[in-house]
Amino acid sequence: MAYSLNFDWLSQASEPIARGAMATVGLIAVTTVLGTVCSVLGAAAVRSRSPWLRRMVGSYVELIRNTPFLVQLFFIFFGLPSLGLRLDPAVAAILAMTINLSAYGTEIVAAGLDAVPNGQREAGRALGLRPALVFVKIVLPQALKVIFPALQSQVIIMMLESAAVSQISVRELTYEADMLQARSFRAFETYFVVTLVYLALSIGLRRILGLTGRKVLIGGAS
Amino acid sequence: MDFTFWDILRNLLLATRWTILLSIVAFIGGGVVGMAILLARVSARHWLRHVAELYIGLFQGTPLLMQLFLVFFGLPLIGFRIEPWSAAVVALTLCASAYLAEIWRGGVEALPKGQWDAAKSLGLHYPNQMRLVILPQAFAITRAPVVGYLVQLVKSTALTSIIGFDELMRTSNAISNATFEPLTVYGLVALIYFVICLPLTRYARHLQAYAPA
Repeated sequence: MAYSLNFDWLSQASEPIARGAMATVGLIAVTTVLGTVCSVLGAAAVRSRSPWLRRMVGSYVELIRNTPFLVQLFFIFFGLPSLGLRLDPAVAAILAMTINLSAYGTEIVAAGLDAVPNGQREAGRALGLRPALVFVKIVLPQALKVIFPALQSQVIIMMLESAAVSQISVRELTYEADMLQARSFRAFETYFVVTLVYLALSIGLRRILGLTGRKVLIGGAS
Repeated sequence: MDFTFWDILRNLLLATRWTILLSIVAFIGGGVVGMAILLARVSARHWLRHVAELYIGLFQGTPLLMQLFLVFFGLPLIGFRIEPWSAAVVALTLCASAYLAEIWRGGVEALPKGQWDAAKSLGLHYPNQMRLVILPQAFAITRAPVVGYLVQLVKSTALTSIIGFDELMRTSNAISNATFEPLTVYGLVALIYFVICLPLTRYARHLQAYAPA
């Protein structure tokens, strides 16, 4: 008996799929903004002169980069309530995603800071700018310009990994797929269609980040 | 039944064997399949290069969780009996092959063109140019990212818990549900993954620092 693929269910599925895709986009949008800010702060800390700040943020980066995202997510969602911190699934997802993205982002931005020649800092100081201003106005824009492609890839990796947050019942794309296949009994077809949606999202996200992200993030630096 | 701390730890460590075994099998399988993809990706034939590029793009542009689901629900449709373990191995092998092929491609393309010319002028045919001159060098300069990818692979085995493979993550879910101590259980699980991955990360960094050329 040959199995024949059946996509009849698709006519009623477009709405949940669209809803799920919007939720996934929303999750990654919030995470990208929060994560970029945290990455810059983290990188500044990792390259700062204070040893304990360097060590603390360095340990955070090592810890996150060497454990699976799913474990981090479950620790936050299932573990923290026993410390009295009960989070909404969506909040827990955004928190876990931001913590995860920021760890990788910190490494990336820090590499960018290293790539800026020291003469740029000295020139800034020679112009009489305060150290903080030298960092924000001179070093950071040049660093972000160098590492933009790496940061962009990391955001897309995070978007793909966010499929795991369906496991704590955040109603994003994978969650909707789980619901659909439970109703239609067409598991393969459902996940096939949703995989294509993810593919489109990652291609689209790359486009959008390439077009707008560069301007927002780097501003006038050329 | 009561679980002491040591019961929890012992059960988690027993499950860790499966995580490690799956990582090793998928890494070796991914290396073998990845070799084939690499050869296609750098081949002189246009269409073969495009097929390999598409393959890599598909695996890098979709979530691993979806790939796991597609293998798990897809293979039975074409007549394979499949269990969570075999689905996990197949999906992770395919995914790893795409990433490894892409890493090695970087190595091949980073070699100076003179290496190809030199191999040709020695009278070597294409297979021998590859085997004796190009690939050994490409592997040598990509050792750090390959070890780095192994870390990623170990971490991604956690997702196979979702299709029901009893590795570390799925065992921890069961223990957490039985003991009502999610903080301890997931804390320990994080620690176990950390202990596996940190030496690999350190080794990758070491290779990076002392990379040839």
